[in-house]
Amino acid sequence: MAEPLFSVRGLKVALPDMTRKPLVGRAPLAEILKGLDFDLPKGSVTGIVGESGSGKSTLGRALVRLLEPSAGAIAFEGRDIGHLSEGELRPLRRDLQMIFQDPMSSLNPRHTIFNIIAAPLRQNGLGDRLKERVAEALHRVGLPQTFASRYRHELSGGQRQRVGIARALALSPKFVLADEIVSGLDVSTQAQILTLLEKLAAEMGLTVAFISHDLSVIRRLCQQVIVMREGRIVEASATDALFDNPKEAYTRDLLAAIPLPEIDADWLKPKAPA
Amino acid sequence: MKPCLDIRRLSAVLPNGQRVLRSVSLSVQPGEVRALVGESGAGKTMIGKAVLGVLPKSVRIVEGEMLIEGDDLGRLDAKARRTLIGARTALIPQDPLTALNPSRRIGAQMTDRLVRILGWSGERADKRIRQLLDEVQIRDPERVLKSYPHELSGGMRQRVLIAAAFAAEPRLIVADEPTTALDVTVQKQILRLIAQLQRDHGTAILFVTHDLGVVAKISQKVSVLYAGKMVEEAETAQLFAAPQHPYTQALIAATPRYTDPYTSLKPVDESVLAGLKAEIAAADKDWRPGHG
Amino acid sequence: MDEARIPRRGLSPRLWLAGGWLLLALLAAIFAPMVAPQDPLAQDLMLERLPPFWLDGAEPGYWLGTDSLGRDLLSRLIFGGRIAFIVAFAAATSACLIGSALGLIAGYFGGWADRIISRVVDVWMAFPPVLFAILLVAVLGTGLSSVILAIAIIDWTRFCRVIRAEAMSQARMDYVESARIAGYGRIGIMLREVLPNVLPSVVALLSLEMGIAVIVEAILSFVNLSISTDDPTWGSIIAEGRLSIHQAWWVLVFPLITLILTVLSFSQFGEALKAHFDPVLR
Repeated sequence: MAEPLFSVRGLKVALPDMTRKPLVGRAPLAEILKGLDFDLPKGSVTGIVGESGSGKSTLGRALVRLLEPSAGAIAFEGRDIGHLSEGELRPLRRDLQMIFQDPMSSLNPRHTIFNIIAAPLRQNGLGDRLKERVAEALHRVGLPQTFASRYRHELSGGQRQRVGIARALALSPKFVLADEIVSGLDVSTQAQILTLLEKLAAEMGLTVAFISHDLSVIRRLCQQVIVMREGRIVEASATDALFDNPKEAYTRDLLAAIPLPEIDADWLKPKAPA
Repeated sequence: MKPCLDIRRLSAVLPNGQRVLRSVSLSVQPGEVRALVGESGAGKTMIGKAVLGVLPKSVRIVEGEMLIEGDDLGRLDAKARRTLIGARTALIPQDPLTALNPSRRIGAQMTDRLVRILGWSGERADKRIRQLLDEVQIRDPERVLKSYPHELSGGMRQRVLIAAAFAAEPRLIVADEPTTALDVTVQKQILRLIAQLQRDHGTAILFVTHDLGVVAKISQKVSVLYAGKMVEEAETAQLFAAPQHPYTQALIAATPRYTDPYTSLKPVDESVLAGLKAEIAAADKDWRPGHG
Repeated sequence: MDEARIPRRGLSPRLWLAGGWLLLALLAAIFAPMVAPQDPLAQDLMLERLPPFWLDGAEPGYWLGTDSLGRDLLSRLIFGGRIAFIVAFAAATSACLIGSALGLIAGYFGGWADRIISRVVDVWMAFPPVLFAILLVAVLGTGLSSVILAIAIIDWTRFCRVIRAEAMSQARMDYVESARIAGYGRIGIMLREVLPNVLPSVVALLSLEMGIAVIVEAILSFVNLSISTDDPTWGSIIAEGRLSIHQAWWVLVFPLITLILTVLSFSQFGEALKAHFDPVLR
């Protein structure tokens, strides 16, 4: 077993619940993550799956420290980064990168693709040989060099997500969070983006947390899976074990609910009474 | 038997002359579910909107006919057309939240359509709505009828809209990606409900979706669209057993399957799309409204 | 999805018309001593209330006629334009800088910065603006700089409110989080990610505010609270024209038309500029 890159213990995150905000004063806190323990081994791709309200995106944002945990420890390479200040985090940013769900809103409409990819390089002391590095990042994700001078509205959905990947990988980070990165894309584009990420993660030896609601995609990409529900881990295990022999009823329900593209006349029949 | 919906060579253009529907023909027989599947920009939602007579102003139909139970919509004046569409069709929308008025109670919104459009008495409409809520397995109709939309979960809202769609006994329902916004477990319940009510009421459904998995489970017939053009149509079982068009084959191969991780999720070959685009460009070149 | 390259739009006719009038008026104001046919202050009682050029009794060289003291109306309008434009540019720019900066801070940082700034804006906007302006000038004393200062002090809230709302919606965009991931600090993100996206609105508001400044200056002149009474301003010309409306309508009508055209052009110019930059944001 490889040494873990991330080691998470007793992680809790509470966020203001705006639906219960009183007319005057602050919104009360709602606990989104209710105590999570897990490891992310170095060089592994871990799928984090769950339905809406499971807290999977909150978990991702806590890992890259866009959010601060309310309790517990997030150890990155043995060091608890859970409560570091923005300034203390800055040197770590280089190793903690993220690919966003919506490639439209994650690219600033006022910047060229070149500037978007160059931003993390400039900010992390890699501002020399900038042209070369951006060119390499574009090449890596299979985009032509001419795209450097374009803006986001001149790109298709799949091309935008390639830019998002290029930006996240430009720094050769140790960890990448991929948050529902294909849920807004068409099937044909989805397959391209996923196989690209699969290839790059293997080539660069990345540790990836792959958040998705789609178990089919997770089976292909991930070596281990964490199933979440309402802020807790339901089941976590190696991918094949989880799919071939799910231990929890909730995991089985999730699998049974996926409509596979094949004819199955019984699928829609009401469950036989137990 | 007359088809419930018959679309013949329907073409539509944008103000800049770009074609968004390219001589689309399809029919839905009474009591049948036809899936209309395609990726974004395929024009599948546009067809649903055309049937319901709610196309955006910028889209202009330039040729073709649409018949509902044999009545040609093009031969009716605007008012007669609205009445006919209102009486014989209904919509299950994609986003149950924006389809409901946030400041009115569910009950009032559900009876409204029956009372205003079909001229039912309030009592009759109320009775009918309660019957349908029971059919979509809402166990506490009193609470739901008194609720505002934001007080219900996404799955509950979609149940309410399904009940509303079936309440007036339409001949045809257009379901526009009705489960796309839902979680998988809720999606399965909703699909089950739609199938159940569809069988019980004998309603025909034009089921618009981008998800081939949903197509396989819910429909008997399927039409595959790309860029406003009908690529392939077949019995659903036939389409998955032996897809004919390279695009359909590529689409099925690209759809992920957890049962088959390494052969599914296959990127669509560029040559397939290039071939399709060439086909469309060639057809567009010779096309004139009414002659192509 | 198809690769979509949206063609950049050409300049709209609205932009040309509004910009054209503003440029004409601005050039006339800058080169007033060369352009004006007469001395705007020269009185000649022999020439009093001459009608504009197309009416009987007009004199060549007095195109728009003269007022009750025989001063050339066109020349007075051109010189009045100088005051109007100085006030427009100086007051609107000051209001814009104060308001946009505070709006950006309130909208992007949120928290207590937002609470303080928003409360101040609320209190500020509870004052009736024209009354506020008159009071301020009465306190500060008349004069060009007082007028500019008064307008800036009153109208920065317009910028603050709009820019705050835009910065708030920008702050929720993923590219703001993405910049944090890239290692940018809060100020860096505000300047690099948020500011460029609110600039089109700032420009549109700035242009609109110039029009408003022209009106406020005219109102202050009208009630004799602007600059010294000798120099012609559009407001003071309108005030004088009002007195002789029955004998010489043109003394009232031409400055009004000039004022309306200018204010309208400022607002249209701003809107058109914003629309010109906006398709990029789809």
